[in-house]
Amino acid sequence: MRGATHAKWAAGAVAVALAATACGGGSSGGGGDGSGIVGSSWGDPQNPLEPANTNEVQGGKVLDMVFRGLKRYDPKTGEAKDMIAESIESKDSQNFTVKLKDGWKFSNGEAVTAKSFVDAWNYGAHLKNNQKNAYFFGYIEGYDKVHPEKGNATAETLSGLKVVDSKTFTVKLTQKFSTWPETLGYPSFAPLPKAFFDNHEAWLSKPVGNGPYTIKSYQKGSKMELRKWDDYKGDDKAQNGGVDLKVYTDNNTAYTDLMAGNLDLVDDVPASQLKNVKSDLGDRYINTPAGIIQTLAFPFYDEKWDKAGAEKVRQGLSRAINRDQITDTIFQKTRTPAKDWTSPVLGEDGGYSDSVCGDLCKYDAAEAKKLVEEGGGIPGGTLKISYNADTGSHKEWVDAVCNSINRALGNDKACVGNPIGTFADFRSQASQQKLDGAWRAGWQMDYPLIQNFLEPNYFTDASSNDGKYSNKDFDKLINEANGETDAAKAVSKFQDAEKILAKDMPAIPLWYQNGSAGYSDKVSDVALNQFSVPVYEEIKVN
Amino acid sequence: MGRYVIRRLLQMIPVFFGATLLIFLMVNVMGDPIAGLCGDRKCDPATAAQLKKEFGLDKPVWQQYATYMGNVFTGDFGTAFNGQKVTELMSSAFPVTLRLTLVAVVFEIVIGISLGVLTGLRRGKPVDTVVLLLTLVVISIPTFVTGLLLQLLLGVEWGVIKPSVSTEATVDELIVPGLVLASVSLAYVTRLTRTSIAENRRADYVRTAVAKGLPRRRVITRHLLRNSLIPVVTFIGTDVGALMGGAIVTERIFNIHGVGFQLYQGILRQSTQTVVGFVTVLVLVFLLANLIVDLLYAVLDPRIRYA
Repeated sequence: MRGATHAKWAAGAVAVALAATACGGGSSGGGGDGSGIVGSSWGDPQNPLEPANTNEVQGGKVLDMVFRGLKRYDPKTGEAKDMIAESIESKDSQNFTVKLKDGWKFSNGEAVTAKSFVDAWNYGAHLKNNQKNAYFFGYIEGYDKVHPEKGNATAETLSGLKVVDSKTFTVKLTQKFSTWPETLGYPSFAPLPKAFFDNHEAWLSKPVGNGPYTIKSYQKGSKMELRKWDDYKGDDKAQNGGVDLKVYTDNNTAYTDLMAGNLDLVDDVPASQLKNVKSDLGDRYINTPAGIIQTLAFPFYDEKWDKAGAEKVRQGLSRAINRDQITDTIFQKTRTPAKDWTSPVLGEDGGYSDSVCGDLCKYDAAEAKKLVEEGGGIPGGTLKISYNADTGSHKEWVDAVCNSINRALGNDKACVGNPIGTFADFRSQASQQKLDGAWRAGWQMDYPLIQNFLEPNYFTDASSNDGKYSNKDFDKLINEANGETDAAKAVSKFQDAEKILAKDMPAIPLWYQNGSAGYSDKVSDVALNQFSVPVYEEIKVN
Repeated sequence: MGRYVIRRLLQMIPVFFGATLLIFLMVNVMGDPIAGLCGDRKCDPATAAQLKKEFGLDKPVWQQYATYMGNVFTGDFGTAFNGQKVTELMSSAFPVTLRLTLVAVVFEIVIGISLGVLTGLRRGKPVDTVVLLLTLVVISIPTFVTGLLLQLLLGVEWGVIKPSVSTEATVDELIVPGLVLASVSLAYVTRLTRTSIAENRRADYVRTAVAKGLPRRRVITRHLLRNSLIPVVTFIGTDVGALMGGAIVTERIFNIHGVGFQLYQGILRQSTQTVVGFVTVLVLVFLLANLIVDLLYAVLDPRIRYA
């Protein structure tokens, strides 16, 4: 009976395979579908969920629900309002005294004290903790000791931070920075409870904060259930029982789920659905500007682009791009043609201006051709626009921009797209100055301040100045603006600096990105804040 | 027999090393993964250097590979960029994908072989023509079209199923995705079985069995089908590996958090640890599935022997 023996072996092998599949498939039952819970789409956060380590929207969404910091940006106006801060005072724009309000607690019962902030900031700044937002603490004195550019840290804590008593601490900055208190609404500045330091692993698997929601369960990569925290101290209490965030592999599937009634809120309407979204959802489709601007950046490390006259070429290229047509046809009006280097969410008082770029951001083929010729033509004869081809619909708009330029200049070879396989590779080439020609640059604001749009991108050797643009007058004006104690004067100084950008055109402003969201008829009061994140605590479940 | 299995298992070792090395090199060629971690801004140099050190990316590739392999043998597949252990990702993703694959394979076996037998026995009859045409249609339509269409019709229009699979991914939720995943292979299984049955129908042993006066049912199941299944089993066996790796499209459409989803994210984020880890396991699955197929030959046809 040879056959039988063979069968045994084979059966054994199959059994092993089956046993391997059977284990680990446990189900935890279908979560609470109780009334008042908002089901919302989510993407898998890229980094571990720590305040100073989260630099993208998906992780930021959770931090916004679970944490409250000293300040909070008003979801409607973007104004930085005191949250936990009783007062943040300074006489010289450099030494600040922070006083906290009474009664704030973390959801595990710990009190929110001055130490909660100082410890959290020291943690965020320290090199050994690998926090991707560490540079946020770069203005605080002693940062170069805990986070040197090379080598190991020589100090454990920031010397500029001092706890005075349980409700007060002082901050010393390395330079004058009048609008610094307004940056404190950024989640990186959130306080952390003792539990974070005592048992980091446990905290990461279920973060504990002081915000309107607590985390009921968190299955990494697939689902997070947040519930209203009844003892929350702030006045922005949750208007719903909780939020279930569900990770989607594809935003098309999330949209389909919304259509089928399995989901209440999609905060990223897929590009392919933009044509139908109005007929599908009607008023339940939101399309509002967010603090995101897209530009074309140029390599100033390449002398061909840095020589005198090249600014005319850049200005000419800017005039050769038909922004209105591209935002209408390719983006279905989910982008707004750019008129400056900031964003309309700042408002007029905050520094947004629809005239800084002026005619240079308006399409005019004849003028474009003239300017490019005056500037000596495109260096190398062809403009290469680099972009990452893995996500977003970058290929479509880059091709459209190139078509527009080619048509305006009457030259089929004036502009070509240059796709790069992955975002990581694209970023690595951009940050190491390996790109020639132009590349797509995007800027999502960290906080609604004009400073945040200008300084990181165009200040000499600033963190995101990948093109290595440098202009002494610009730098001088930025420094002056930062030292200005009067907010309105500071803004106008920043705008003076921005006028230099219009002259030099280090990056061509393309368009402002809107946040787009859709929701079901089961919920109401849905809105997006300036960061294009839904204001979850205000959503009402009908 | 035992010796044969051992020899086959030993052969897997070089294949395993070769495959993982290739994957390792491929992911490495894609460039610096740390650059993508900080979004549209540059990571500050000190943090980037620190992260590189932590993930071992500051060392030469061969050394990275050696360390990685050393760790794999102790069961440590490294850490993905979001701080999760790769083994943790695997333990959540593989069961889901295996369940999906099993559903698909069951469809292939049950529907594919039944249709194949039916058409093989009635070659040239209307039934045969209809099924042949149908399989042609299925083969020529890409999976994402069938997937999206079924999702729209069953999920949104008629509300029979939920368009997306929940985190738990229970078997009943996986029926439609499984059918979509199986569809193309199912058509091939039907065609393979049909040809094989049609060929063997005229074989001597079938004639003998009929001449002995055995009931038709017994002739078909014990004599005809058993021999005809050898190519089909080969196909299904290799298909298990292909289905698991190729589930990316189906998993994306139906929001299944399985191997495809993790691999896709791993590639997008250039997480060497995730991609190499998952592909390593997939290679093992593929190799084991092939071994099982070879062993099954002997069960189906006792004339095949292993020494």
